[in-house]
Amino acid sequence: MTLNGWLQILVFFALILAVTKPLGAFMARVFNRERTWLDPILRPVERLMYRLTGVDETREMRWTEYALAMLLFSVVSMVVLYLLQRVQTWLPFNPQKLANIEPSSAFNTAASFTTNTNWQSYVPEVTMSYLTQMAGLAYQNFVSAAVGIALAIAFIRGIARRERDTLGNFWVDMTRATLWVLLPFCLVGALLLVSQGVVQNFKPYDTAKLVDPQGQVTEQVIAQGPVASQEAIKMWGTNGGGFFNANSSHPFENPTPLSNLLEMFAIFAISAGLTYTLGKMTGAQKHGWAVFAAMALLFWIGIATAYWAEAKGNPILTGVDQVASATQSGGNMEGKEVRFGIANSALFATITTNASCGAVNSMHDSFTPLGGLVPLANIMLSEVIFGGVGAGLYGILIYVVLAVFIAGLMVGRTPEYLGKKIEAYDVKMAMLNLLIFPLTILVFAAISSVSPDFGTSQLNNAGPHGLSEILYAFSSGTGNNGSAFAGISANTYWYNTTIGIAMLFGRFLMIIPMLALAGNLGRKKTVPPSLGTFPVTTPLFTTLLVSVIIIVGALTFFPALSLGPIVEHLLMQARQTF
Amino acid sequence: MSKAEKKLAIWNAQIVTRALVDSFKKLNPITMMKNPVMLVVEVGSVMTTILLIRDMATGAAGIGFALQITLWLWFTVLFANFAEAMAEGRGKAQADNLRKAKTETIARRLLPNGTTEEVPAPKLRRDDVVVVSAGEFIPGDGEIIEGVASVDESAITGESAPVIREAGGDRSAVTGGTRVLSDQIKIRITSNPGETFIDRMITLVEGAERQKTPNEIALNILLAGLTIVFLLAVVTLQPFAIYSSAPQTIFVLVSLLVCLIPTTIGGLLSAIGIAGMDRLIQHNVLAMSGRAVEAAGDVNTLLLDKTGTITLGNRQAAEFIPLHGVDQSELADAAQLSSLADETPEGRSIVVLAKEKYGLRGRELAAHEAHFIPFTAQTRMSGINYNGREIRKGAVDAIERYVSTNGTPAPKEMREVVERIAKSGGTPLVVAENHRPLGIIYLKDIVKGGMKERFDQLRAMGIRTVMITGDNPLTAAAIAREAGVDDFLAEAKPEDKMALIKREQAEGKLVAMTGDGTNDAPALAQADVGVAMNTGTQAAKEAGNMVDLDSNPTKLIEVVEIGKQLLMTRGALTTFSIANDVAKYFAIIPAMFSAAFPVLNALNIMGLATPQSAILSAVIFNALIIIALIPLALTGVKYRPLSAASLLRRNLLVYGLGGVIVPFIGIKLIDVVIVALGLA
Repeated sequence: MTLNGWLQILVFFALILAVTKPLGAFMARVFNRERTWLDPILRPVERLMYRLTGVDETREMRWTEYALAMLLFSVVSMVVLYLLQRVQTWLPFNPQKLANIEPSSAFNTAASFTTNTNWQSYVPEVTMSYLTQMAGLAYQNFVSAAVGIALAIAFIRGIARRERDTLGNFWVDMTRATLWVLLPFCLVGALLLVSQGVVQNFKPYDTAKLVDPQGQVTEQVIAQGPVASQEAIKMWGTNGGGFFNANSSHPFENPTPLSNLLEMFAIFAISAGLTYTLGKMTGAQKHGWAVFAAMALLFWIGIATAYWAEAKGNPILTGVDQVASATQSGGNMEGKEVRFGIANSALFATITTNASCGAVNSMHDSFTPLGGLVPLANIMLSEVIFGGVGAGLYGILIYVVLAVFIAGLMVGRTPEYLGKKIEAYDVKMAMLNLLIFPLTILVFAAISSVSPDFGTSQLNNAGPHGLSEILYAFSSGTGNNGSAFAGISANTYWYNTTIGIAMLFGRFLMIIPMLALAGNLGRKKTVPPSLGTFPVTTPLFTTLLVSVIIIVGALTFFPALSLGPIVEHLLMQARQTF
Repeated sequence: MSKAEKKLAIWNAQIVTRALVDSFKKLNPITMMKNPVMLVVEVGSVMTTILLIRDMATGAAGIGFALQITLWLWFTVLFANFAEAMAEGRGKAQADNLRKAKTETIARRLLPNGTTEEVPAPKLRRDDVVVVSAGEFIPGDGEIIEGVASVDESAITGESAPVIREAGGDRSAVTGGTRVLSDQIKIRITSNPGETFIDRMITLVEGAERQKTPNEIALNILLAGLTIVFLLAVVTLQPFAIYSSAPQTIFVLVSLLVCLIPTTIGGLLSAIGIAGMDRLIQHNVLAMSGRAVEAAGDVNTLLLDKTGTITLGNRQAAEFIPLHGVDQSELADAAQLSSLADETPEGRSIVVLAKEKYGLRGRELAAHEAHFIPFTAQTRMSGINYNGREIRKGAVDAIERYVSTNGTPAPKEMREVVERIAKSGGTPLVVAENHRPLGIIYLKDIVKGGMKERFDQLRAMGIRTVMITGDNPLTAAAIAREAGVDDFLAEAKPEDKMALIKREQAEGKLVAMTGDGTNDAPALAQADVGVAMNTGTQAAKEAGNMVDLDSNPTKLIEVVEIGKQLLMTRGALTTFSIANDVAKYFAIIPAMFSAAFPVLNALNIMGLATPQSAILSAVIFNALIIIALIPLALTGVKYRPLSAASLLRRNLLVYGLGGVIVPFIGIKLIDVVIVALGLA
């Protein structure tokens, strides 16, 4: 570990801290439908869209209708994306004449992009046409992120409102999330990326003569395309689906350390801002910061571990200089880009798995066991450390409800969260939400791990590392992360289907109880705070929340992890690898 | 009761014996259904038992370990049952005593023609009229429609002093099973057999028809949810183990599961609820539902009647204030003379004050020289004619009229003093002699000792107290200030009380109040916690959701504390239970896989001797901790009047952090013992 490395991590965090308040306050205005400086341009566009689609923007929806609208929208989007892939070869913007995509892979990809997961079991530059990339994938990148933000706002309204049946209007929230939040940020973001050298064109692929031919191979095909526009939303919307297979380690996606910082910043910005929006809309600004602090604490635990583990290198490589110096970054550089080094690779891996983004700038599979445990554990804590746009906030709020319920009893009152009593129905919905995660990950992973025909046969590594690969794949799917540990050939019928199902479960089966909980909270009376009220604004509460998240996650996954990365780490110390 | 005696009461031999038998009866799976956590343990125990029998039949190796695991799993279930049976046992003992009070009584039912017929008490129906004479038991709950009697209610209240019950007014309700000591009364029966107060009491204390309370249901859902999570974690662990070439036996997997699921709180949850009700009964308060007890913990606002709750029932003379030109002792003398025949507490207090302050002895007045003038509604004065002196005392208006009959108007000074006293919360009583005003007696409301401290404690807990009084706002404000209540409602009529409750509730607050009169009934029903006094009317008792057998309105504060204690105990044990799992993982996971991966022994931070001893120690700890925590479940977490923030900090430290650390020590100790005993 170097001072330079820590400083880069600190700069990143300082940027996020600085942007939380202005961005959060801006989003509160947007969703409270107060005036913003973008109104003169965007308000006419918004009105036109409602007129064309026949949406009554003043109409409020109950949670059931909100959920139904969201599901309907997602199903239609998913079907369109599936069909687009199945017929792309006959459609325009396909200079490479790429073929139609086979059903299981098309299903997997449609599920993946609709759920904001962006798990890619295919190699994009040899699979997806420009039209599919732009009209299919980039479109989903926008709307799946907007859906997430809308849902988080609906949840906040459930907490903030008293004795109201409704949570807002799904179409309006989604439209405003797209127009006011995602589009402007991505426009600026894409331009900044272009300034760093990210490409943006419709050209067919280039072919270059190799300077140093490798046997028969004398030339290399260099993929092109409208990358920058897709790269921006890939980050701002915590999507993570790369234009190229190499994702953010590809020089056309992420060419410089500065573009790397911009991308990392974009992953966290909206999710961090939403904690401020939470405080603003509920009138409990300190609570918003308490939630932010819990997320930040978990982030620091992760990055410190990952950076330490990667910088320390591999003890088995005796005789190899792994010490950082002016001329080399030291540590475990396998699968990492030299232009990012240890600190920025560990940081990117931590952020992208904290936030259910799933973009990668290094190979997680090549991390040391502990370094690789961090991304896996981040996902297994169900993506609440800032988390996916919107999804992270409503995810952590479920934990808040549980933490308040368990510990709230200890102050001698029926637990209250910001004045809302937490009762049987609320606990039921929170537990349903909580159950989906272990159910999906553990069951699919368990079946895969004992099925030589379709499960373990796809592994590139044996022993604990192979188990980590399976666990990672299903965690990534269920957590809607989308990053790949790699080392597993997932483009098979079994993995395409089950990971596709895992992504849909991890998104929609968790959203429905969450919205039901929000709807129920909104209907409740608000008990005015007093000295006897459970405090949700103090450092003590932050500690409690962090403990609940870690304990619930650890208790659920510790047995499985002990046979994966934990034993692998111990074995590595004993000089054994897989 | 001293601490030692309290302990004795928990482990009372008779209750323990009955509980031991009940723990086995409760193994019935249908009974277990209502406790999903323990049901899982029971199913696990059955599974290991079947496998154990199979292993014994086939003579497989490792029978000793399998046998011990199976036994301890069964003990886990039995211990949980025992906890519940212990809690129920205390209620059952009480119910037995109540049943004795319900002896077969023969009632004398009044027939339309005026004669009576003898019928057994269980044959009585609502609206029957019975006659009860001295020495007879009252056959059922009812209302006196004629007569006055002194009644021994010790069967239900435990209070041996008899109480007066009379027709009309707020003292007309009688309870079946109590005994008339003197006189004869006619009672209209108000409840059908099986629905009487004693019947309800028996059902309540026995917990036979105990409904789960809202918070208990919510907690049960959480525990069931966690159980499913752990079930998933353990069931899927076997495939992962097989993948890792380290398959596990069912004994080990069931052990892991039982250790992880929240058996501690699962086993003690119903005991905590029953014990909470029991604690109320110890305080002579009957809650009609567990819901009311929980609501008591949530109360935001306490409505307290001034008289009898905040102040002693009666005003007392505090000072004699002579008018200009009158000697203090002259006023004191006149005041005492005028009050000698006054048997009201106020009158007595005037005599006492004169004696204490001015050494005036109470005089024996011969009847011929003194003529007492009693208070009447017309004159609104009382007094004495004695040795040619005509002394009168009364409210300022009455005395003004009395004085002015002599032609001279009362001095301005008199009004001023009177108003000053009223402003400071007192009641002025003016004394005049022979139409000449002497001065004013300052009657003061005496705030009960320790009330200010209690209100301070309530405030620290975030509970607001509102004093309800019929006094004028000036007087009310002064007393409110002295007593330290947060707010007051002066010149309160029943409908004002009702409006206040509704206003508070509209703000989302929970309101508690006490009441005894029929006109309190609507407010008692509206309040979230309504404690009716047992001396009160039937209407009040039916409207409230608790009845205080001692009829002590101050007890509302204890009721709130018991409610809070109940919720705190649940929260503390839930936190403790979940925190315990950390240590259990560190005991069991390395034990399971150290054969396949010796490096995993690095996780065996407790240094447990062998894989078998580690798993066994964890299972034994898991079972014994239930027994160890029974006293805590029954007596409740110690309650402290602190703010929520400091309570949370304290309890998180004790039960959260403590819950992480304690099992590490406990499991290690058990491991040492079983290794020393050669059990594993």
